[in-house]
Amino acid sequence: MSDVEKRVRKIVVEHLGVEEEKVTESASFIDDLGADSLDTVELVMAFEEEFGIEIPDDAAETIQTFGDAVSFISQHSD
Amino acid sequence: MRRVVVTGLGMVTPLACGVEESWSRILDGQSGAGPITKFDASRVVTTYACEVPLGDGSDGTFNADDWMEPKERRKVDDFILFGMAAADQAVRDAGWMPEDEEDRLRTGVMIGSGIGGLQSIEATTQLIAEKGPRRVSPFFIPGALINLVSGQVGIRYGFKGPNHAVVTACSSGAHAIGDAARLIQWGDAEVMIAGGTESSICEIGIAGFNACKALSTKYANDPKSASRPYDADRDGFVMGEGAGVVVLEDYDHAVKRGAKIYAEILGYGLSGDAYHITAPSEDGDGGYRSMEAALNRAGIEPADVDYINAHGTSTMADTIELAAVERLMGAAASKATMSSTKSATGHLLGAAGAIEAIFSILAIRDQVAPPTINLDNPDVQPKLDLAPNTRRDREVKVALSNSFGFGGTNASLVLGAPG
Repeated sequence: MSDVEKRVRKIVVEHLGVEEEKVTESASFIDDLGADSLDTVELVMAFEEEFGIEIPDDAAETIQTFGDAVSFISQHSD
Repeated sequence: MRRVVVTGLGMVTPLACGVEESWSRILDGQSGAGPITKFDASRVVTTYACEVPLGDGSDGTFNADDWMEPKERRKVDDFILFGMAAADQAVRDAGWMPEDEEDRLRTGVMIGSGIGGLQSIEATTQLIAEKGPRRVSPFFIPGALINLVSGQVGIRYGFKGPNHAVVTACSSGAHAIGDAARLIQWGDAEVMIAGGTESSICEIGIAGFNACKALSTKYANDPKSASRPYDADRDGFVMGEGAGVVVLEDYDHAVKRGAKIYAEILGYGLSGDAYHITAPSEDGDGGYRSMEAALNRAGIEPADVDYINAHGTSTMADTIELAAVERLMGAAASKATMSSTKSATGHLLGAAGAIEAIFSILAIRDQVAPPTINLDNPDVQPKLDLAPNTRRDREVKVALSNSFGFGGTNASLVLGAPG
């Protein structure tokens, strides 16, 4: 597991209060992990804070799953 | 007009989490005051308050985990957390968590607050200053809005009737109970979950009330003696926090389902001072008319009132209220007992009227008037018994509870023994 993956998983577990095993690559924040639209906004803000990056609104909309988040952050962080 | 009764009680106070735990400590003459621990109070004038005792949930402590999941709790200000805890206690006490859709449609919520999410407003303002507006949580607004207590309670239990919130400063809790009772009387609901909640012990809250010269400042060395209504050495109110919630129910509805009935809401009166933003008029006219209106609604005489839970905040206004009550009671004053439970709890602002209505109900249930603690040297010689430092075991068939708020907003509730 990459470092990015570990840190993203930790944030998801903390914010959504879900079991770590449920946070699989294809797990959708809304459909599988019980998030609502406000939760996803907060998640994206937490990713920005953790990785010191800016995720524009149009990009944020494409981040639907755990895998989407890891791949976006891996591409955009140092 | 339909009769409205109280069938469930819930509270979180600076004395304890829970109705019976708080009440036994009130009767015992304990104080909920202590040094402020919720924030670094070194920059504000008043360094003490009545904070809710935190702990693992045993011995009357408040354990947040017992009332909201950590994931949900993170999204709300403490005033919502306290309100949810009190509401949960109340609906369980009433045995009213219906699964039936029709029952849910006929159950509403009206929980008020004086200030709402002041702690999160303060924290978020600091966050913006440090990190900019993009870091503001999407849960800031729904976690700070006053009516979100009612909203959250409605969501948790599926209550789909009227969903409302009262904001009348320190009268919010009393107005919420009175207004909710009227919604039942008018047939808008069969059951209402009503009360008030507050959590404003934060730097901006203390600094703001300090600036109004409303808070006690001289008792840093002995916080437990700071809240001393009617005493000559009182110097302002002590800020409290917590929540009180009751389940109100149409009398026939309650009887039909065999609910335990604590008391009946006999009367409710409201008035406005039209005088000053923070002070009552010297003649106590607003409070007088509020009490008079409540007694008229109840169809009873002043002589029928056994116990009065005063607004009595430990400020100069105490004696104004006292004079208004004495004027109202006339010759019957000598037979009634009046006390201020704020001497023990501090002033819970928007929750005060709700917890004090509950204390009045318990006074009827247990036939006892709670004491006014720290009343060692009365500022004026009262015509009423103020129960200084000692509870009064006495007949209490009818209780009157007063709440007066900034802006000159007054509410009085008349509560009576069931039956």
